[in-house]
Amino acid sequence: MNRVFRSIVRHGFPDTNRNRSLAVFTNFFLHIHPVKARLRAIRLTQTWYLGGLSAATFFILTVTGILLMFYYHPSVPRAYEDMKDLEFVVSAGVFLRNLHRWSAHMMVALVLLHMIRVFFAGAYRPPREFNWVIGVMLLLGTVLLSYTGYLLPWDQLAFWAVTVGTNMADAVPVIGGDIKFLMLGGNGVNENALLRFYVLHCVVLPAALLVGIAVHVWRVRKDGGIYLKKPESNE
Amino acid sequence: MTPHSDITHITVVQGEARPLVDAAEEPQVMTFPHLVVRELIAFLALSIFLVTLSLVWDAPLEELANPSVAPNPAKAPWYFLGLQELLHYYAPFISGVLLPGVVIGALAVIPYFDINLERKPLWDGTHTRLKLAGIWGSVVALTALFYFTAAHPVWPIIGPLWATAIPMSLPVFGRRSLPFWIFLWFLLCAIALTVIGVFFRGPGWEYTLPWRDGIYT
Ligand code: HEM
Repeated sequence: MNRVFRSIVRHGFPDTNRNRSLAVFTNFFLHIHPVKARLRAIRLTQTWYLGGLSAATFFILTVTGILLMFYYHPSVPRAYEDMKDLEFVVSAGVFLRNLHRWSAHMMVALVLLHMIRVFFAGAYRPPREFNWVIGVMLLLGTVLLSYTGYLLPWDQLAFWAVTVGTNMADAVPVIGGDIKFLMLGGNGVNENALLRFYVLHCVVLPAALLVGIAVHVWRVRKDGGIYLKKPESNE
Repeated sequence: MTPHSDITHITVVQGEARPLVDAAEEPQVMTFPHLVVRELIAFLALSIFLVTLSLVWDAPLEELANPSVAPNPAKAPWYFLGLQELLHYYAPFISGVLLPGVVIGALAVIPYFDINLERKPLWDGTHTRLKLAGIWGSVVALTALFYFTAAHPVWPIIGPLWATAIPMSLPVFGRRSLPFWIFLWFLLCAIALTVIGVFFRGPGWEYTLPWRDGIYT
């Protein structure tokens, strides 16, 4: 038994500092952390764990999203009927849909709060300036992900919210009409738009965001861990 | 070097220029278990919150989409209602393309903006009069801009402008830098526009009171 266990984790029980270090850096998922952390950096009031919780909502959304995909067809009016099936036919279907939807709103809120926290901490300054820019891209990605998902239930709320949004694309000078056409696969919100939003929502944007988050978190490490004020100064 | 080779290879290795961990001499703890446990607790707290929410509050589902029946009002999700509220004041090009473009651009360049790099306190005793004149000159100009150029005076932008400019002029808050105040202004505008759009707008995008008429979605 011990041999099997050792083949998986490759270190002993983490009751010595040596094994605790090994537990972190020989573990694929934990090795984003250094083996030791500054006490101030891990306090709740330093980051409110907002970046980590943004990533956590992304994880919850991935799991619930994949489950939802088993019950969803991106076509008209089947998409709407699938929502009704989730409500009346699928076991815990309503709960699944609720969890995905509220987590999506939560993610937008957490990412915004994370950005505000980072700004007021002054953590956007060198050497972290480009990570801030990556953050801005992640914010855009998060909002787009949420917005493309909004159309998928194909109810009145979905249809008109997306109509309001894509009409704004029309206001871009010269190429506005073309942008809108490209987004929708047509001149109005129709079945082609549903398919495009579905592919963006389930494949393109999550993949892009996953890579973006990986780079972002990697750079936090490369920039010397999260930013802390010099202990004696107020700057 | 192999004996057969008569060429000497010299490799120049540059010193690594990597940012160092800020302070090495401060209290540290083992990531495992201290940080890992905290992360686990944070994740569980979030999960419990979201699961509870999902048990007691159902996601909305209206009628099947119908392109010929527009609901009134037709609202976007909350994170876009600030923008939709702006549409009430400016033509779509300004409110939907120009202003959001400027805001996203401004966000992205924050760290490259010279004054920002040092985050110098505003009231450091130099050029105080000049700075005051600059600030209030800008405030008056911006107020005029958002008062006269829009279909209606944009109070959700003018209000936060004054709410930021007044404390900014007080030496008590003198340690704060210019970028701090500008970000604060943007943030207050975004909050004001969003709160109005979410809670105080109803059919025809007219003002409503949420405690009297409920919240329109
Ligand atoms: C999907 C969205 C995002 C995820 C998952 C994410 C994740 C994280 C994590 C885990 C950290 C470590 C420290 C912490 O939790 O505060 C972090 C730090 C940071 N994030 Fe994000 N982030 C996201 C979006 C953003 C945005 C929108 C910005 C800014 C525009 C941003 C800028 C930064 C910066 C500058 C740091 C370094 C902070 C420091 O050194 O204190 N991030 N991020």
